[in-house]
Amino acid sequence: MTYLPSTTADPGTDMGPVAQVITPDGERVADATLEPWLHEVGDDVLVGLYRDMVRTRRLDREGVALQRQGQLGLWAPCEGQEAVQIGTARALRAADFVFPSYRESGVQLVRGATPTELIQVWRGEEQSMGDPFARRTAGPQIIIGAQTLHAVGYAMGIQRAEALGGVATDDVAVAYFGDGASSQGDVNEAMVFAASFGAPVVFVCSNNQWAISEPVRVQSRTPLAARAPAFGIPSLRVDGNDVLACFGAMRWALERARSGAGPAYIEAVTYRMGPHTTADDPTRYRDPAELERWRGRDPIARVHALLRARGALDDEAAADIAADADRLAADVREVCLSYRTRDPLTIFDEVYAEPHAALEAERRAYAAYLDGFEEGAS
Amino acid sequence: MTELTMAKALNAALGSALAEDPSVLIMGEDVGTLGGVFRITDGLLATHGAGRVIDTPLAESGIVGTAVGLAYRGFRPVVEIQFDGFVYPAFDQIVCQVAKLHYRTRGAVRMPLTVRIPWAGGVGAAEHHSESPEAYFVHTSGLRVVAVSNPSDAHFMLRQAIACDDPVVFFEPKRLYHVKGEVDLAAPLADAPPMGLARVVRPGRDATVVTYGAQVATALEAAEAAADDGVSLEVIDLRSLSPVDYDTIAASVRRTGRAVITHEAPGEAGVGAEVAAGITERCFHHLEAPPLRVTGHDIPYPPAKLERHHLPDLDRILDAVDRVLDRPHSLAGAAQ
Ligand SMILES: Cc1ncc(C[n+]2csc(CCOP(=O)(O)OP(=O)(O)O)c2C)c(N)n1
Repeated sequence: MTYLPSTTADPGTDMGPVAQVITPDGERVADATLEPWLHEVGDDVLVGLYRDMVRTRRLDREGVALQRQGQLGLWAPCEGQEAVQIGTARALRAADFVFPSYRESGVQLVRGATPTELIQVWRGEEQSMGDPFARRTAGPQIIIGAQTLHAVGYAMGIQRAEALGGVATDDVAVAYFGDGASSQGDVNEAMVFAASFGAPVVFVCSNNQWAISEPVRVQSRTPLAARAPAFGIPSLRVDGNDVLACFGAMRWALERARSGAGPAYIEAVTYRMGPHTTADDPTRYRDPAELERWRGRDPIARVHALLRARGALDDEAAADIAADADRLAADVREVCLSYRTRDPLTIFDEVYAEPHAALEAERRAYAAYLDGFEEGAS
Repeated sequence: MTELTMAKALNAALGSALAEDPSVLIMGEDVGTLGGVFRITDGLLATHGAGRVIDTPLAESGIVGTAVGLAYRGFRPVVEIQFDGFVYPAFDQIVCQVAKLHYRTRGAVRMPLTVRIPWAGGVGAAEHHSESPEAYFVHTSGLRVVAVSNPSDAHFMLRQAIACDDPVVFFEPKRLYHVKGEVDLAAPLADAPPMGLARVVRPGRDATVVTYGAQVATALEAAEAAADDGVSLEVIDLRSLSPVDYDTIAASVRRTGRAVITHEAPGEAGVGAEVAAGITERCFHHLEAPPLRVTGHDIPYPPAKLERHHLPDLDRILDAVDRVLDRPHSLAGAAQ
């Protein structure tokens, strides 16, 4: 038997076939695959998703502003990707464990990250968002794709919960990654392990069209969602700028994983509106017309239009949501400006869990060296 | 006391760890039904089941990366890399994730992983089956790196590595898998010498030879030969390559005034360079000669038929001993 690549869809540069339930104009349309996962989702849920997206965008803009003002070393903007982050993260339970990449600030927000945690990594004060167990969410992963294996391993641990004296649970592990990451060996190995062990893990690929300057077609000649079935993992390709589609897809994927049916994969087709990071200049590689085309598919505007048309969002509620987002931004700015860098000798802490004589000697030597300065200064 | 091969001593250690602690898991290629290509995991699947002795897909980064996720969930995975030269695909997960997650999360996430590596040459193996990658891991903070040289250490150090809350890269010289030695399987783990300590395996007066792994046996042969020649060599087995137990080494070199470091890995930026620098920093005023290294050449591991020219033998060690003792030696006429 010969397998030939399918040529039915573009790997991602344009929309191609994707599941959508809210059009860019804010019209609610039906999708046969997603509808069963959306029936009892009312306007209240949609308003909540809208609120989270507005908060995420406001946070993101504050992050960029703080970086431009020299308060943050770097920021990885997620403007344009709010729907995939909020839609998928809002479908999770607190007990599920999330392994994100550096771009998932919206996911971190939904998982309960505090303003301090949201900026400390980018300010260069800490290397992680904090204790991953507090909110069952790992810190931002910088090594492209590495976290997908951690999610699969964690899911293999869920399968063995009873071995540690726990009760069997239906928790799920979730890996977030980008279209560029789909080329990494780790992501492919993660899919092999997940499928082979039937691990309760959901892969969420945010296909934002670009891996820094490289378009998706450099990573793949087929839609990314088309790869998963070859690993034995069912997938959905959804409009990543449609928060309800992402929410429904995630419910489908989570239900599969929870019920013991094994892993699931979502490709959310979206667009990174800003630079890759604040250090990047996308005008060198992106066509302005492309940006404009995607501006017309804004994930927040369409929900706004839908809620307005339904009478589920009046001026007062919209103003309240905007004010709430402004408060978040103000809090982030305040913690950023008042951040106190920790004692330098703490850089020697927690390299090892158990005492390590050589490192302890190094720490003592550096402490003595620093003390010398203080004496000299006084 | 039981007379056991290193392979059986390791197997017994894994069996005890699995039996004593339900969070211990064995993972790797062929570790289940086959019992590992060296049979180190022989019988463990039958006793402990496929939930705990996991035959993984053939993907080293996948093995270590999923072990990271299992550690997040409270497990203590013991990973087998089938051969030394196959650890490189897992290098990223080991040095960027395993080594750093405890630090990155300020201690919230522990990575009590043990990465077992059948290691080094001298067994006439094919390409990529005889490598000595230890220096790469020694250079990485957050990892502990150990190398064993006898069945008793293999047994107890493996149990200590598994019990350790830090990740341990555990090197097993495959040349010694079938060499027998006494192991007191009934001895409590607490009575065994700590994993981080070096050991003086043969006391001596005239020079200190520092080594580890299978090379310990070669150094002992050299010491035996030197003794016939009236030279008394002290031989130290490092046991732990990170951290290095400089207390033991420096105490010896301060007495002997001379040091030779030998290992089969290439010398450039190797463990021997590190130890020579550490000795110089600590014992400068006691040294009668610069510490010398006797190592594998700075070449890719050569074909099996020529590996004896790569692996430092007792004559190369004795030549270096003569040089630190300022005695006539085979390099006497050579430009240095
Ligand atoms: C292993 C590795 N290689 C290269 C990089 C540098 N790098 C950072 S982000 C990036 C592009 C990633 O693209 P994608 O996976 O699509 O995610 P996106 O940034 O678009 O969200 C690259 C090449 C890295 N961080 N890690």
